[in-house]
Order: sequence, then C-alpha cells, then structure tokens
Amino acid sequence: MSGEAPRVVLETENVTRILPLTVPVTLVHGINFSVTAGEFVSITGPSGSGKSSLLYLLGLLDAPTEGRVIVEGQDTSLLDRDALAQFRLAHLGFVFQFHFLLPEFTILDNVTIPIKRLGALSEKEAKDRGMQLLEDLEIGDQALKHPDQLSGGQRQRVAIARALGNAPTLILADEPTGNLDTKNSDIVCDIFVRLAKEQGTTIIAVTHDVDFAEAADRNVHLVDGAIARDGAYQRP
Amino acid sequence: MFRWVNIQIALAHLTHRRRQTLVSVLGVSLGVGFFIAVSAMMQGSEQDLTDKLINSQPHVTIKDEFRNPSVQPLFQAYEEGALSLKGVKPRERLRGIKDYKGKVEQIEREENAIASAVLTGQVIVRYGGKDRSVSILGVDPDKEVELTTIEEDMIEGDMAALKTTSDGIVIGTGLSNRLQLQLGDLASVVSPTGLVVRMKIVGIFRAGNVLLDEGRAYVLLKDAQVLMNKPNIADQIRIRLPDPNMAIEIASKIEKRWTYRTESWQEVNEDFLSLFVVRNAILYSIVSAIMIVASFGIFNIISTVVMEKRRDIAILMSMGFRAYDIRQIFLLQGFALGIIGMLLGWAVGYGLVEALGSIKFELEGFYDDSRLPLDRGFYQYVIGAAFALIAAIVAAWIPAHRASQVRPVEIIRGAA
Repeated sequence: MSGEAPRVVLETENVTRILPLTVPVTLVHGINFSVTAGEFVSITGPSGSGKSSLLYLLGLLDAPTEGRVIVEGQDTSLLDRDALAQFRLAHLGFVFQFHFLLPEFTILDNVTIPIKRLGALSEKEAKDRGMQLLEDLEIGDQALKHPDQLSGGQRQRVAIARALGNAPTLILADEPTGNLDTKNSDIVCDIFVRLAKEQGTTIIAVTHDVDFAEAADRNVHLVDGAIARDGAYQRP
Repeated sequence: MFRWVNIQIALAHLTHRRRQTLVSVLGVSLGVGFFIAVSAMMQGSEQDLTDKLINSQPHVTIKDEFRNPSVQPLFQAYEEGALSLKGVKPRERLRGIKDYKGKVEQIEREENAIASAVLTGQVIVRYGGKDRSVSILGVDPDKEVELTTIEEDMIEGDMAALKTTSDGIVIGTGLSNRLQLQLGDLASVVSPTGLVVRMKIVGIFRAGNVLLDEGRAYVLLKDAQVLMNKPNIADQIRIRLPDPNMAIEIASKIEKRWTYRTESWQEVNEDFLSLFVVRNAILYSIVSAIMIVASFGIFNIISTVVMEKRRDIAILMSMGFRAYDIRQIFLLQGFALGIIGMLLGWAVGYGLVEALGSIKFELEGFYDDSRLPLDRGFYQYVIGAAFALIAAIVAAWIPAHRASQVRPVEIIRGAA
C-alpha cells in the first residue's frame, strides 16, 4: 500500500440491534469499527455471538436499532427500503452458506440476473460479463447447466460469480465454506484472497473455519454481541 | 414499467410447474369459453325475439279506447268535493277513431313514419262444414307490407292480390290446415252482424306464431268496414317509425294530443322485455361464479409458488430487487395465466358457438328457425377477456403482495 491513507469503505458507529420481542433480545451492541478498501476481514466468534446479525446489518439487509452504518460515505440510516435495495444492487455482493441459486435458471442466467436488474449493461454485455466471471472462477464450461447438475463447490463459485456481477466494492460472506469439503474450502478461500489483493475488493466474511479465518488480513472476534478482539487472527 | 428480467423470472416460475399452470389456465379458459357460448345464445335469442317483435308488429298502435274513463262534469266542477254519483249510465258511443284519414296523414308528415288505419273484428270462417273464429284485420295492403314482415311470411300468393281480387282474404297456415283451405278456394266469412260473404283465398302466410297462423286473417279495409257494418270507421292506427327506439316517446306524445290509448311495442311486450333483464342477471351471475372459481385456481398456484420460492425471493431481495420488483414478478404470473386463459377461452368459446350453430332443431311455434339464434358479436369476447384478466390480477395480487413483504434476513437466517 502507498503512503496515503487507504480509503474507508465501511464504518460503523455504535451499532446496536435489539429484537423487540416480549423479552427484548440484544443481538449486537456498541459495534464500532471501519474497513478500508481491499481489506479481507474475517468475523469469528462462538455460536450466538451475533456474527451473522452483524453481517446482515453491514449488508443493509437489517437496520440497527441504534447507531449508523456508513458505506462508501453514505449514511445508510437515511435511505428508505427501495434506496437500500438499489444501494445493495450497485455496491454490495452477498455469498451465503447455502448457494441460493435459482433452480429454474442456467448457471449463466443466475450470474446475469443482478447485472440485468441494475440495467447498466445491455443483454449481450451482461452475458459476456457473466461468462467472463465464470471463466475467471474456472467454471465457464458449466455455464449452460442448471444448479442441480453442479457439485457443492462449483455452486458456491457460481454464487461468488453472481455476487461479483455488478463489480461491488464490498463482498459480504456468511459462512461461505460452511458446507464445503477442505479442497473446495481452499479454492473459495483462494478466490477471496485473490479478489482482495488483485482487484481491491473489500471482503467481510463470517466464518467458523480456522484456515479461512487465518487467510484473512484481519480478524474481528465477537463475544456476546460485542467486539472482544480486533486484529490478527489468534487460533483458539 | 416492466423489467425484462422480472418477466424472465415470472415465466421461469410458470414454465417450471407446467401441470399446475395448465390446470389454472384451463379453469380460466373454460370460464371465458362458456361465457362466450352462453352469452352468444342469450344475446342471440334476445336479439332474435326483439327483432321479431319489432318487425312483426307496428311500433306504435293508436286504439279507439281511453286509458281513464271520462270525468263527469260534476267532478270537474268540484275537484275537491266529497261527491258521489249513482246510477250513471255510460253513453252509447259509436266506437272508432275520429277523422282517421287526417290523423294518418298528420302522423306520416310529422314523424316521417308509415301509418295505416285498420279496422279489426271477429268473424267466423266456414269451409267444408267446419268453422273457426278468426280475428280479421282490414288493412291497406301496400302499407301493411311496409309496416310488418307479413310479405316475408307469405308462403303462397301475396298481399297485393287483395287489391286486385274482389272479396279476397289472406289467411295463415294454421287456419288453412284446419279447414283444408287452398289458395283460390272460396270460404264463407260470417260477420257478427250476420252478414255472410264468400271470400277467395289469395294468400297464405306463416308467421311462426301459432296464435297468428290459426287466428288471423287480412282483408281490405273497405271489405272489413262492410263486414262489420262500420262504414268509414277505423279502430286502430298502426305506425312504423324510422327508429323503433323512439316508440315510447312518440306514443306518449300522440296520446297526449288525441287522448286515444296509444301503445308502443315496448309497452305491449313489457313482460318479454323484463324477462330479458332477469335472463341477463342470471347469465352474469353464473359467469361471475365460474370466474371466481377460476380465480381461486390462480390464487392457489401463485400462493404455492410464493410459499415455495421464499428463499429465491429473499436472495433476489438481498441482491437488490425491490419489493416492487417482487410484486411485479408474481403479478405478471397472474397476468400471464389470465392472458393465456383468455386466448384459450376465446378458442373454446368460438368452438362452442360454432358447434351450437351447427345443431339443427325441429321446433314448432315461436322459434320457427331450425337453428339456434346466436349472436356472434365481438363484444362478448371483450367482456369475457375483461372478466378473465380482472379475476387473474385480483387473484394474483394477494400472494404477490405477501411475497413483496418477505423480510430476507428472516429467511436467510432460518436457512443457515
């Protein structure tokens, strides 16, 4: 990295999320941290520590009860539901533990759906871009198959290709290797490392996977909904 | 505004559950098809009946009677008085329309209509030892031909022959069968005054109505006047208007002017016409019921898709699809089912109408046609289509709205 300060992509200010049940449940509280461009951050913590809840807040799928999430300089608490959707479409990409591919569509169509929805590219350009992404992830030969014809590792790579469709600045991943064997976990992990290093894509991934967490530049460890440690990963 | 990608997703959902799609489409198309067929029959028979009514009889008839009895001078003098008159004897009045020739001329001039003075009466036609009571109409044959469809109904001879034959008479097929009268035969006609005239059959008509075919005969007005012993008297003026829909208005205008009871064809056939209203109400409630059932089919399939696709909806929303897009995707499915159902329904309806049209009936009486009267109008297709599309969109709206309210976090969290 050069001498100038790296650009901040995401920042949280005292983010707290309380589920308003009869007995209110605090999912996360007082989260303050920021992520710069090209950083690969892993979020770890015991079950129920609020990792996924925090990721949904960072991914603008959920709104904090208190505090603010600022993405690309935009205070997202000021946006309504539709504006948030548009913001996610243009700036964010999601990879979940389950691939969530649409079974009716081919692999290529699955990848191009968000591109078409954004509508910045023509049908032909969207197709070319989808194909390019699949080839980069070495699954170009599967483009015309349907999701149920692919292996778990291949499907997760398709999901990553889909998340990259609109060239997001921030990728949010929730246990992306949670359902994969070691070999496929390594492939997915390498893809994330390469995306961060070579293309400057910011990645925030919730994980249980020790190797995966270690491969990240930085680790945020949550305990009981609060940040317990932020820095280099320490094996438990 | 429809996004192409939303259309693609909607179509993918439908084409991946072909059987259910087909069933709900069939529901809609049968609804539309039956509506078109039933409506063609209903409208066709209504049109046919109305045409028969309008064409077979005068649009307006002036009669030599009054709606209200004439008011005694005493009551005119004390309008508010508590009066009662006993032992009033009705005056012996010579019936008939005063100055009928002048009135006919005036009506023809003012309304641009065809008017004709007529004298009616009851006679007995006797032939070969058998006799039947017949109501005769003394007419002007030239005018009668223009006033009614009598000329089309002639199966032998014609009305014009009344003018060229002395003591000619035109009878219906019913009467000709009953008395075995042929064209050219001489029948005895006995009038109420006891006069017997030998009249020659110069025409035989079939109106398709048993009452008319057995019980009506036409003679010249002057012959009727002789038979009834009512020289220079007519008891009806029959009018045909350029526009039959003006009949009510013109009838009331004439009645006000001359006080003679004046009836429009609508008044004469009031019971028929109110029957049509009831029939149409029945038709539309049946079709509504069919379409409600069909829309449950659409509601069912789209609800099922929404339930099964909750994950897909969640992932689309997390990608950045708006609630609006999701609603559109499912509404489009309902719309597509409606459109396909509508097009198939048009085909079903067309087929049914043609099938009905090819059936031959052997009916006697009012419906003399050997085929069903069918209205092959375009507007039934339009109404059927409107029914289908509205039912489809209403049925799709509820599940589509529910889909748009999905909260992606809850589903993604639940799946993990």
